Amino acid sequence: MNIPENLKYTKDHEWIRVEGNAGYIGITEYAQGELGDVIFVELPAIGKKFQHGEIFGTIEAVKTVSDLYSPIGGEIMEVNKAVQETPEIVNKDPYGKGWMVKIKIDNPKELETLLSADGYKKIIAQ
Amino acid sequence: MKHTPFFSLHQKHKAKIVPFGGFEMPIHYTSILEEHKKVRTNVGVFDVSHMGEFFVTGKNAQSFLQKITINDVTKLVPGKAQYSAMCLENGNIIDDLLVYMLAENSYMVVVNASNIEKDFQWMQKHLLEQVELINKSDETSLLAVQGPDSEKVLQQLTKSDLKNIPYYNFVQGKFADVEMIISRTGYTGELGFELYFDAQHSEKIWNAIFEKGKAYNIAPIGLGARDTLRLEMGYCLYGNDIDETSNPLEANLGWITKISKGDFIGKSALEKVKANGVQRKLVGLVLQEKSVPRHGYEIFKGEKSIGTVTSGTFSPSLEQGIAMGYIPTEYSSAGTTVQVDIRGKKINAVVTQVPFLKK
Repeated sequence: MNIPENLKYTKDHEWIRVEGNAGYIGITEYAQGELGDVIFVELPAIGKKFQHGEIFGTIEAVKTVSDLYSPIGGEIMEVNKAVQETPEIVNKDPYGKGWMVKIKIDNPKELETLLSADGYKKIIAQ
Repeated sequence: MKHTPFFSLHQKHKAKIVPFGGFEMPIHYTSILEEHKKVRTNVGVFDVSHMGEFFVTGKNAQSFLQKITINDVTKLVPGKAQYSAMCLENGNIIDDLLVYMLAENSYMVVVNASNIEKDFQWMQKHLLEQVELINKSDETSLLAVQGPDSEKVLQQLTKSDLKNIPYYNFVQGKFADVEMIISRTGYTGELGFELYFDAQHSEKIWNAIFEKGKAYNIAPIGLGARDTLRLEMGYCLYGNDIDETSNPLEANLGWITKISKGDFIGKSALEKVKANGVQRKLVGLVLQEKSVPRHGYEIFKGEKSIGTVTSGTFSPSLEQGIAMGYIPTEYSSAGTTVQVDIRGKKINAVVTQVPFLKK
């Protein structure tokens, strides 16, 4: 199972990659495997604000549907149009091309509440 | 949790395993979409050994089945199978099933995995003199080989002439040197066969099919694709679309409900339903926006709640959300627009004649 060291994780299987005062958010390889084929992704409008832990979108897979929880509070700067046009990239490349949104981080201190790669590995091993 | 005789083969094929009907079964091996497409375009193999097989023999076997099922068993001849159901006295459905006529006074009844105990008890309770009823579910393996190439793959392993077996007919013959029932039936809407055989030969038969199927890119198919394939055809799934709160007339199973055949359990209740007309109907719904209806979602006509989705999915072939659900008869004619509440959003859906996938 691929769990990159350079990302932070939530127990709800999202990841965030911090770049300066912004972060890219997506779902983990484990999450895409559990969901199965993703058929579409509903993402918020640019400029919308979310609290840490708030639902910012949904993923519909063939068999099930899942909410997306923001790992951090902030404002949506960008949404990944590619995952809306070709949702299968979420399955194929969850940490790369399959990212969901870019968010402007309100409070970097919140990052400390997130899981490291090791911490996340323990969660999915349970 | 029970396992079918193919469990270790599923693990070998890296199946994702889920509980279903008291069994641990493969939901998918690679991906539901891939497996769905495989069955629509080539050929796939489903382990459906979790299903139950009862054998009914004896002088009164036919009268017994005529009494406990709603279709007309006297229409069967050896080599023919029939889709049917058992109903309660109140006309609601205990289970949907297949009746195979093996020979004079000898039948096989195939039931849903989750209903094996319930059905067997019900049948025992209503057993007639001179009928023997045996549950061989654990000793019987069942593989469904489905898809346009299924006949070409299977023909290599048997002398029985598969192309001359009409739909809902079967032969008893040798396949890969094993005596079995080769039935031209399935739950996918594709050309396909179901093979019933003694569980001790499970691995041998599986391997023989996969070896001969290699040239056709044969693959194992999980329950996930089984569900999307059957839903595209509008086939009912017991526990979702039909159960002990629904009767066959409202579930579009009037074609197997032979009220005039003579006495059977549920007859008088169903006669009344038929005379009064059904209050609600199981309909097909096609979503008008990119959205996925799922089991339990509410159906509306404007502000008024009129029903619930019993089965729903994204149709891989049509690339649309499709669903079945019961709604009042007044809204049930094809072309009527209703709404499905998808997580708080009301999405338009058009009542559509099933099968959704027209071939």
